[in-house]
Amino acid sequence: MSQAGLSFEQAPPLGAPLRLFLIAPWFLIAAALAAIPLAGDWTANRWTPAALGLTHLLTLGFLGTAMAGALLQMLPVMIGSPLPKVRPVAWLAYLGLALGSPLLAAGLAFGLPALLDAGLIALSIAWLPFLAAGAASLARAPALAAATRAGMRHAWLGLAVAVGLGLYLGGGLTGLWPLHRPIELTRLHAAWGLLGWVLMLIVGVAYHVVPMLQLTPPYPAGMTRWLTPLLFASLIVYSMLALLPGSPIVDLAAWLALGAPIAWFAFATLRIQNRRRRKLPDVTHDFWRLAMACLLLGLALAPMALFAPEPRHGQAQVTLGLAFILGFAVTVVAGMLYKIVPFLAWFHLQAQTQARAGTIPNMKEMIPDAAARRHLKLHATALLLILPAPWLPAWLSAPGLLLLAASGYALWRNLHRARRLFLQYGGRLG
Amino acid sequence: MNAIAKLLTADHDHCDELFAEAEDATAKQDWDAAARGFADFHGAMERHLAAEEATLFPAFEARTGMQGGPTMVMRAEHEQMRGLLEQMRAAVERHNDAGYLGLSETLLMLMQQHNMKEEQILYPMSDQVLGDDAALVESLDQAIHPA
Repeated sequence: MSQAGLSFEQAPPLGAPLRLFLIAPWFLIAAALAAIPLAGDWTANRWTPAALGLTHLLTLGFLGTAMAGALLQMLPVMIGSPLPKVRPVAWLAYLGLALGSPLLAAGLAFGLPALLDAGLIALSIAWLPFLAAGAASLARAPALAAATRAGMRHAWLGLAVAVGLGLYLGGGLTGLWPLHRPIELTRLHAAWGLLGWVLMLIVGVAYHVVPMLQLTPPYPAGMTRWLTPLLFASLIVYSMLALLPGSPIVDLAAWLALGAPIAWFAFATLRIQNRRRRKLPDVTHDFWRLAMACLLLGLALAPMALFAPEPRHGQAQVTLGLAFILGFAVTVVAGMLYKIVPFLAWFHLQAQTQARAGTIPNMKEMIPDAAARRHLKLHATALLLILPAPWLPAWLSAPGLLLLAASGYALWRNLHRARRLFLQYGGRLG
Repeated sequence: MNAIAKLLTADHDHCDELFAEAEDATAKQDWDAAARGFADFHGAMERHLAAEEATLFPAFEARTGMQGGPTMVMRAEHEQMRGLLEQMRAAVERHNDAGYLGLSETLLMLMQQHNMKEEQILYPMSDQVLGDDAALVESLDQAIHPA
């Protein structure tokens, strides 16, 4: 039995994930503010340059940074195997995403090949070492915790396919090579990025953190065993169907194949949360419930996004994307940051200073509940106003977008407060 | 063979149950119930931590030769838990519910990420290398379930 990879150290130092967590909200703010003058474009159709640019600000800038940061921390805990060379990998992810996300987004939104080129190079520098380190970590993980490892492997593959297709499509747009079937491959890029990576990772993490944090019953054993393989198989089938000539039957089959496991996950999460033993109000719990409601809303919109005639077809697709990215993924990530960041700040501070428990701020002093709850209210109100934006006059999206920017700022301020206290009490980030 | 994982994972669940009861009573400011609930929780936690430190970890270290690795990290986290538990006891005595809830939130995260590492990796590995040692399982059982 190999034990070479077994390590429970809280690697890496706090600075590595925290840097990624603290830059994420700025991309939410940037996306919200940039969306105001571009509202006439992105609300109409997901294929518009503005929609493509804004989507990447959210998926790479917010979700990419936060999820990469979380994984640096979670792999040792969940599969007993840290990322090798975690410090340089974390730095490259940080620099590559911080520069590459806005460059790529601007290149897509304004059709500027020079920015696209620079963005693609920066994003390669972010993701390729991260994928390589992830592969090494997964390969070295002890042959235990099989379901968790399987989920992480599927998510890794999802990211690898999304990054590979993204580089291919981006390189084609800047004229590096001719593009074959760009429309179909863009759909696949989105499906693998959003479902294969984002959703798969959230599901794999949810198996552990939902029961852990609220003391709920575990997810049903059949589900933890079969859901991520089923989702993965559905994605492969969807990918093959997507390359065939489009037909309503194929679209319907794809919706059912992908929708059924997603609905299973959302309902199972809501059900076990209802049976939680820890009944206290908890802001992360509320973020999760909002996220599950948005995930189900996205599923309910899918038939319209697939089958309705224009313009409802395009409008439903934009709302579906908003429900999934902003409503589901951003919400889950924000909720998780309210557990991860104050805990890590406390944990590293205690370990570094050997302070007695009462002499350093505890988690709720690092980020008070009331402050996190203010953010939740801003975020939920922003969602309520933004989700119907494609169906309304473009200027009506501005109030919701301003609230979204305020929500991003509230998130940053709350996370930054934990960093400030950590340093104030003598913590070292490096 | 999964006797060690089964026994100690069930004890984690038991501790979680007691944690939730004590926290609930504290949040309701039902101080008699909180004092009783916390004492039960604290006792169960201490038995669990001590059983691992006195029985499981030395056997694991002796069998695998891993002295400074996973068990050292586990022992360090046990000490962090004990620090929080002491502060929580003081908070119950002073009827300081806000202080208790901040500490209990912190303990829960610490405890759960710790338990995940044990349940995902350390216990299954212990079963692989020690699972045939029925006397060890028996003494763990006795240590966490006092007569």
